[in-house]
Order: sequence, then C-alpha cells, then structure tokens
Amino acid sequence: MAAALTGEPTLALIALWADPDHAHAILLDEVLLVVLPVSVAIEAGFYPALSPARPVAAWLERMIFDLWGHTAFGGTDPRPWLDHGRWPSLHPMASPPRGMGPPAEPPEFLPCEGDDLHQVAVGPIHAGIIEPGHFRFSASGETVVRLEIRLGYAHKGTLGLMRGKPIRVAARFAARLSGDTTVAHGTAFAMAVEAALGVEIPARAESLRAAMLEIERIANHLGDIGAICNDAAFAFAAARFGFHREAMLRAAMWAFGHRLMMDTVIPGGIAGDISEHGALTVLAAVAAVEAELPELARVIENYSSLADRMVSTGIVSPELARRFAAGGFVGRASGRDFDARRLPLPGGRAPEPEFTVRIPVLTAGDIDARLRVRLAEITESIRLLRRRLGNLPEGAVAVALPNAGGEGIGCVESFRGDIWTWVQIDGGHVENAFLRDPSWNQWPLLEAAVRGTIVADFPLINKSFNCSYSGVDL
Amino acid sequence: MVWRRVLHSLRAGPATEPAGPVPDETVSALAARLDAAAQRRLGRSLAIRHVDAGSCNGCELEIVALGNIVYDLERFGLRFVASPRHADVLLVTGPLTRNLREALVLTLNATPEPRWVVAVGDCGVDGGVFKGSYAVNGGVSAAVAVDLFIPGCPPSPAELLAGLRALLEANTHRS
Repeated sequence: MAAALTGEPTLALIALWADPDHAHAILLDEVLLVVLPVSVAIEAGFYPALSPARPVAAWLERMIFDLWGHTAFGGTDPRPWLDHGRWPSLHPMASPPRGMGPPAEPPEFLPCEGDDLHQVAVGPIHAGIIEPGHFRFSASGETVVRLEIRLGYAHKGTLGLMRGKPIRVAARFAARLSGDTTVAHGTAFAMAVEAALGVEIPARAESLRAAMLEIERIANHLGDIGAICNDAAFAFAAARFGFHREAMLRAAMWAFGHRLMMDTVIPGGIAGDISEHGALTVLAAVAAVEAELPELARVIENYSSLADRMVSTGIVSPELARRFAAGGFVGRASGRDFDARRLPLPGGRAPEPEFTVRIPVLTAGDIDARLRVRLAEITESIRLLRRRLGNLPEGAVAVALPNAGGEGIGCVESFRGDIWTWVQIDGGHVENAFLRDPSWNQWPLLEAAVRGTIVADFPLINKSFNCSYSGVDL
Repeated sequence: MVWRRVLHSLRAGPATEPAGPVPDETVSALAARLDAAAQRRLGRSLAIRHVDAGSCNGCELEIVALGNIVYDLERFGLRFVASPRHADVLLVTGPLTRNLREALVLTLNATPEPRWVVAVGDCGVDGGVFKGSYAVNGGVSAAVAVDLFIPGCPPSPAELLAGLRALLEANTHRS
C-alpha cells in the first residue's frame, strides 16, 4: 500500500482512522479533485502502514494504536500519542477495551545530539490563554535545532462518546470537537449523516450554513490577525481587529442566537431560521470590517518592526505543504491551492459559479504570507456572505431524517482548512464516526517551520498556524 | 490611520461599554468566604492564571474576548498573568481530562494562598457533555476545591466578567 502510494505523488492522504475491525483512509486526487475512501480489514491486529509514503500518517497511526489497538505494520513511529498512561483501560475504543497499561510518563522524545545542545520544555499549561500541549525544544544557544510537539492533554474521548448515540445527540459532540470551528465541524458531521442517509436538505438551510461558515471564518481571521499583531507587541492592530471580531460575534448572536453559532447546524438542516433582522445585522458588521480593513492592512504592511518579525520567519516550503496536504491558509501561503468549497456539492452537483472562491496563493510560506492570505480571505468571505444573505431561498430550514442506515463522508472548508467527517449510521444511531480536523496535517509543519528560528519567535510562528489542540486530541 | 483613529476615539469616546450590575447573591456568598488576610493582600486587584483542562477552546475564545476594547478587563483591576506564582485566581476550563489532571494539581500547588479557583463553562462545572467519558474526571472540582462556578457553553464575556467582578466586590464589601 505504502509502495503504491509512493508512485502516486498526486494522491494526498487526507485522513486515517479505524473502527474495531477495519482501518479506513481518505485519499484525494489533487489534480482531478476525486475523493477516494479506502478500507482494509484488520488482520491479526495489523494493517499496512502509510507513514513510510505519507509522513502525515505517523501521528494518525499512533492515535489508531492508542484508541483501537491496531498496529500499523511497517509504521515509522510506534510511540504512544493520545494515551499518556492515565486512562482506566488500554485501547478504549477496542471491543472490549483491554486492562490498564503501563504509565507513559515520562514520555520518550526523539534524540537530538550535538555539542552545547540544551532542552527547553514548555507546557502542557502555557503562559497565555491557549489550549494545553507540550513543546520540547532542543536548542543550540537561541537557535532551535528541533521542536517536538506532544499533544493529547485535551483528549476527551469524543469518538467513544459519539458511538451508539442518537444522531442529534452525537452532533453536539461534533460541534464541540474544536469550539472555534463549531459551525464547520457541525456542518461536516451533518453532511456526512445526510450522505449516509441519502437526505437532501432545503436550499435555504444550505445557504444559511454557507453564510454561517463565512461568518465563522471572518470572525476567526479577525481574532487571529489581531492576536498575531499583539504577539509582536503591536497593540493598535490587536485593538481594532478585536473590536471587529466582537461585532461579528454579536451579529451572530442576534442572527442565530449564539455568539459562536454552536449547535445551530443539525443533521437535516439548521436548528432555527435566521432572526428577522439577522441578515441586516450581519451585513452591517461586515460593512464596518470592509470599511476599515484596507487601511488596517496598510498599517500592518508599513510597520517595519512588525515586518521584521514576520517576513522570512517560520517558513513552510511548498514541497512540505504538498507532502502533508496542508489545508487552509497554511497551504495557501505555501503554494497549495486547495479549497473544499470547490468540491462537488452533495448529490454530485457542481458548485454554483457565483460562489466560486477566489483567494490568492502565495509561495513564501512565512508568517507574513499566512497573514496576507488571511487578510485576502476576509475580503472574499465578505463578498460570498453578501451574495448568500442577499439572496436567501425561501422555504423550510430542515427536513426530518429517515430511520435508516448507511455510511457517508462530509467535507467542509473551515477557516483553518478542509474538515473531513465520516460516519456509519444504523437505525438513527451513530455506529462509528471520525472527525478529521485540518490541524492533523498542519501541526507537523509547525515542527518543521520552527527549525532554525530562535526560541523567542515560536509564539508568533505558533499563532500564525493556530492549529487546534482539541481538534486533534479528540 | 493610527493617529486618525486616536483623534476619532478622543472625540467620540471609547468603545468600551459601561458595566452592568454584579449578581448580589454571588457577592454575598463569596464575601462570607474571604478572611482579613485576603482583604489586605488582594485589595481591589486580582491576578488571573488561565488553565485549560481539556476544553474545546470555546471558553478560551470568550476569555480572550475579555481583553478586547469592548470589555477591557483591566479597568477593573483584573489581569491575566503568565505564572501561577503570580496569580490570585486560577480560571479553569474544560471537563478535566485525565491527561491534564496532574498538571492542574501542580499548578494549584504553585499558586500562593490566599487563592481562588473559578471553574468556567458547563464542562468545568461537571464535565458538561463529556461527563461519563473514560478520558475525563468530570469537572474541575473532581481534583481541586472550586470557589466559583461560571456555567455556559461557553459563558459569554459579559457572564465571565460578572463572575470575576463578583470576586472583587466580595473582597471590597467584606469588613
């Protein structure tokens, strides 16, 4: 399998997961934009490893072993990942789970040898208001020789909790895999369920979902651009971007009843229609963003002390972005032009031309490029949002789900990149599910981007990626 | 643009909103718990250390929002600090995953007395939707004593602010 993949460089590995009896993968033909789901039966506890051909599989194979107990035959890294030796059982997703394992503390880190190397250990609890994770730097003086990331501290057992739950209940877990992408994960889960059951949702629900996704994207980009500037001590931009983010969240609250629009998307449609003046409120908020954004972008560009921190810092090469199938602004800043909004819509329909996404693709791959892509994405999202809300189809916003079964995949372009969700449904209940956050394909690139920079640049580089911890901790 | 915005702000006034009342019942409940030493040492200022015990990051988004110019947390004497050794308050989110439990206890032990622990969000209160999972302890109070709960999924910045200001007021009203 790995050997076959080596000869197919245009096949990207999107996701890799398991159930008690199978290993599953999603491959994407990047040229033809064809999605290829692959499943193999587990034989004597083994399945063929993909990590020799697709390095992004390494963390996923470790995750599969920890949760289901299946071993990737020929895998590149057998160390534990999510399992820190603190759960009541080994392989909690296996049926049945096995007894308590040995403690995984202290963790084993990759060796780093050389004169005058020292280690800097950061986390799992960080100095700012961010999620938990451990960063192990090996540094020579100030220069980072290697960064190794250890996650799993936010592992909540989400996939296990979803199993056996009624669809509507399981949707609440998808909406809480990563709070900043609650609409996107909620939508990807809903689309997977709808594909599994052969349900077509009303046009109004589809438009409102698309609108909510753009609101979520704009709000996250605003918050993160402000936060990146703040990390480089440029408080003015942080203040203005933070103000506009707040205005977006308040508009979302007015329009959809929740600042983050959590649980608004449900399988079958959306939970409630947009409020009476909701569209006007949202459009007023984005008009204020649009009015100030060009000048804010100019200010950012002209501040030499900001450029000094961002330009040529934290570089991801186009080659690496392609090999890891990095989505979102991380990919777009490093030459990978993929956007899930260009994929065929449910039922094989082609995307409507008026919603064709136009976002620049850069190749510098540094903090500056990622920030520029995000600025451009805000403008494009405002355009798409206007079209959506200016021409909402009339009608119902949800349909009832049949009490049936099936298997389906959903894909959504979140602010962070492409989210992929897979479900197996039986009798109105979730049998198995996997939610692939884009961060799986981006975290490893952060390790690469930090190499050769100085330790003090790490917070800024990390912020420019803003990968989700909870999203991959599951 | 920077100076034009500054001039505009001077003319039009700040975007920061006036603050609403704080809940009386929370104030009186908390006032009863503070002793004279806390009064002397904390005064009208609290240093807050945030700990994510496995949240979905929804609560973090709203906690970060407290620092924006609309809520302007620091005008109340509330500020976030980078070390538990500098903190009066641990602001803890998440259902308390088993993988983070030890780190939370170590952080609490590094926080000098007198100190407060605030559990934020439905997860922080009792595990929220993640209650019953093999991977979580089910709420912050499963590992450390909690002084104040701020429920919500996630609680809005206004709700977070009301809770944190109640801590301040409880301290001030105590005599």
